[in-house]
Amino acid sequence: MGSIISVKGLNKKFAGHVALHDINLNIEQGEFVIILGPNGAGKTTFLKILETLIRPSSGSVEIGGMELNRSALQIRKMIGAISHESYLYSDLTVEENLRFFGKMYGLSDDELIVRIQLLLEQMHLEYRYLDRVSTLSRGMKQRLSIARSLIHDPEIILMDEPYTGLDLQSACNLERLLLESSKKATVLMVTHDIDRAFCICDRIIILCDGTISSDIRQKDISSAEELKNIYTTIFDGGA
Amino acid sequence: MIRSLYIAAKDLRTELRTKQVLNSMLVFSIVVMVIFSLSLSDVLSDSSVIDRLAPGLLWIAFIFAGMLGITRTFASETENSCLEGLRLCPVDSAAIYTGKAISSMCLMFIVEIVTVPVFMVLFNYNIPNIPVISIVILLGTAGFSVVGTLLSALTVKTRTREILLPVLLLPLLVPVLIPAVMATGKILAGEGIVQIIMELRLIAVYDIIFFTLARMLFDYTLEG
Repeated sequence: MGSIISVKGLNKKFAGHVALHDINLNIEQGEFVIILGPNGAGKTTFLKILETLIRPSSGSVEIGGMELNRSALQIRKMIGAISHESYLYSDLTVEENLRFFGKMYGLSDDELIVRIQLLLEQMHLEYRYLDRVSTLSRGMKQRLSIARSLIHDPEIILMDEPYTGLDLQSACNLERLLLESSKKATVLMVTHDIDRAFCICDRIIILCDGTISSDIRQKDISSAEELKNIYTTIFDGGA
Repeated sequence: MIRSLYIAAKDLRTELRTKQVLNSMLVFSIVVMVIFSLSLSDVLSDSSVIDRLAPGLLWIAFIFAGMLGITRTFASETENSCLEGLRLCPVDSAAIYTGKAISSMCLMFIVEIVTVPVFMVLFNYNIPNIPVISIVILLGTAGFSVVGTLLSALTVKTRTREILLPVLLLPLLVPVLIPAVMATGKILAGEGIVQIIMELRLIAVYDIIFFTLARMLFDYTLEG
């Protein structure tokens, strides 16, 4: 399989502060990659660059063979983004939110009917489809947010701490959904939950002070404990 | 263009459902009309005085009611980071801007459609040439929305947006307000469309220039 995401010499500076420094990375199609690192390591900045929301200061990023700065709109069609923010309109209903975002992705009415029904069934939200988003629980909103991000059947799913604010059951549901989605798509997930992430990923990238400190295959590590030890060693060594 | 219309339709559906902004805009413009009609009650019988006061009065109500609405244009998108969600879609930022400008314009039209008859009733005044004054109001409102939407996006992340937006917006509106008020005055004085062609041209040129500029600059506004 070829690289679906290719990052070369990526740098990002914010008013003199270096957020990312010389990131080089290739992510294969179908991989489930988790990105670990302490607060301020540059994880979210990296994800936002891939989402085309922030322009890199220098370096090149190619997604699906397209250059990020030149083909942002085409790249966005390939990407589904999930964050701890829901990106949902509280005063619109569940169905209206999905329909609106589906239209934004250029889906036809016929395609929308099929996709909305399928996603609402997958997310167990079909009985709430006429309810306003403001009446949903945090877990339901997160499930709807996932449905929103999958409405156009993306090839790449980018997630920024998707477990934030979820109770145990909702987190388990989310994990199941992610595993189902990852069968078809390439997934990049930023998280602090090492135990949960270890069980579902193929590859672990550890970011520290805007650089890649470690890039490990999951099969090369025996357990989440070993991963925690590696993680701790990197940051204790850096301290 | 179709995606701009979806964005505008989404905004209008939300607003007509919650009426958070529309109610304030309507109440404001009606209160302005009531206060002025009370304070000018002595001269209400003299239509020549109303001829001179009406253009300013109407545009004060439109612009300040519009200001209430325009500050909320992007504020509603900040909840749940919806603006970021919108930017994640394969939609040109100019289309987002156009959709927002259309929805702001529609809200102002609703207010204007209510305000003008209220003015006519309270001031016992008959507007002579409704189709022509509608063109002036339409073009003036377009100019207001075009600039206001851009500045609303620019100030949405600032803490003092309610103060900052009028300070930035009002000076920029002067080139559209002067011809709009003058054209309205001429129509109320009984003149026709031929006599206000120059004013209409000025407003139309303003609208086109600022609409084009705003579409070009909007991407940078969102990133900032």
